[in-house]
Amino acid sequence: MTPARRETLLWVAQRASAAVLALCVVVHLVTVIVAVRGGLSAAEILSRTRGSTGWLAFYSLFVLAVSVHAPIGLRAVALEWLGWRGASRDWTMLAIASALALAGLRAVFAVFL
Amino acid sequence: MARPLTALEVDIWRGDASGAFRRYQVPRRDSQTVLDVVTHVQRHLDATLAYRFACRVGMCGSCAMTVNGVARWTCRTHISKVVLEDRLEIAPLRNLPVIRDLACDMREFFDKGAKAHGRFAPTRTRREDFAAVPPQTPQRRAADAAIECIGCGVCYASCDVVAWNPDYLGPAALNRAWALENDVRDAGRIERLRAVAGDAGCHACHTHLSCTERCPKQLSPTASIAGLKRATALAALKGKL
Amino acid sequence: MNADWRARRHPAWWAFLVHRLSGLALALFLPLHFWALGRALEGEAALESFLRWTDTPLVKFAEWGLVLLLASHLGGGVRLLALEFLPWRNWQKSLAACAAALALAAGLAFALAL
Repeated sequence: MTPARRETLLWVAQRASAAVLALCVVVHLVTVIVAVRGGLSAAEILSRTRGSTGWLAFYSLFVLAVSVHAPIGLRAVALEWLGWRGASRDWTMLAIASALALAGLRAVFAVFL
Repeated sequence: MARPLTALEVDIWRGDASGAFRRYQVPRRDSQTVLDVVTHVQRHLDATLAYRFACRVGMCGSCAMTVNGVARWTCRTHISKVVLEDRLEIAPLRNLPVIRDLACDMREFFDKGAKAHGRFAPTRTRREDFAAVPPQTPQRRAADAAIECIGCGVCYASCDVVAWNPDYLGPAALNRAWALENDVRDAGRIERLRAVAGDAGCHACHTHLSCTERCPKQLSPTASIAGLKRATALAALKGKL
Repeated sequence: MNADWRARRHPAWWAFLVHRLSGLALALFLPLHFWALGRALEGEAALESFLRWTDTPLVKFAEWGLVLLLASHLGGGVRLLALEFLPWRNWQKSLAACAAALALAAGLAFALAL
């Protein structure tokens, strides 16, 4: 893949995931603020979340969008503030994306199933 | 008749990249520009001072320098607008190698203009009829909004991404590319999109808007670069990039 | 010579800095967040013991900070999407202010909910 194609598609992925995250984050913030009122306990959280396929789907989408969005952002910072270039930077970002997706989906699994 | 009000303390960069600021005392006058100050130093205090100017009336952009940390056209900058407690700091433009004192090497700036395909690629010859380009079409308006750039380098000197990523094509080169992308007569538009989408191209812009803040012609390279981002995305998704 | 703070004193630059720093902080926080929630795999008691640990004022303050960071990053991001996709207008420069205001509102809402 040419650099032009790669950089452009990364930009598209970044903006598309940003749009998805904009919606997810608003929902998440509202949910957190409502849920946190008057204190928080594991029982409360889990009673709301366990067995809910709607929330399962929502948070799975959230995790996948974050796994795309965060590494692409970190990639730019790595270049500009650490001077990191080349294939090693890209492979590292791919690894971070995978790790985030795995850890995130594990957490979703833990809380919703 | 100009009369001296107070004395200005002016720190001027001397030497190359490893030089230093040297202080000069310059009489302050009414309606004095930074270029007047630099000229006074060179003519009356230190003839070895190197600096550039040409038109001295805000048309050519040759006199661009860093004044109190900010890139400006010195012929268009009145002392009263920038002086801080009778002190001034004058340095060459940033992000470019310093040749000597206030003169910097503009070659990489113009080279990047070429890398971004900042050249019109014609399709017609003199044997054909003129191309008819209505001025109010969206594309022509987009081109006209970006076309007035005279390549002074102020935006390039103000851009932090250029400082952080030395390969970054920079606001002026990308602005010119956008103007040409919107020229319906141009034959090289896909090649130009490929040129500006590369490793250090339009996607490296992080919308600091320093270029737009500082452009002496009130252009907005940020807007042009946003246009390039959209155009390259569309081309890539259509498989044309 | 790099640009110094004198050349950065405009709203869009602050918006950029907030957006980048909040993004970095969130990226560092996320693994911790996923790990904490993953404790539920070990049973409700494991998650509960973690939540009790977070019951200190310092952690509550950090949580408020995180909400602020998330809201700031969202505000800055929406501003960027507007700048890149909507037709260019001068008022878009004030989007930075709107983004900041929204972030503060979210932070306030969270603080009040605690």
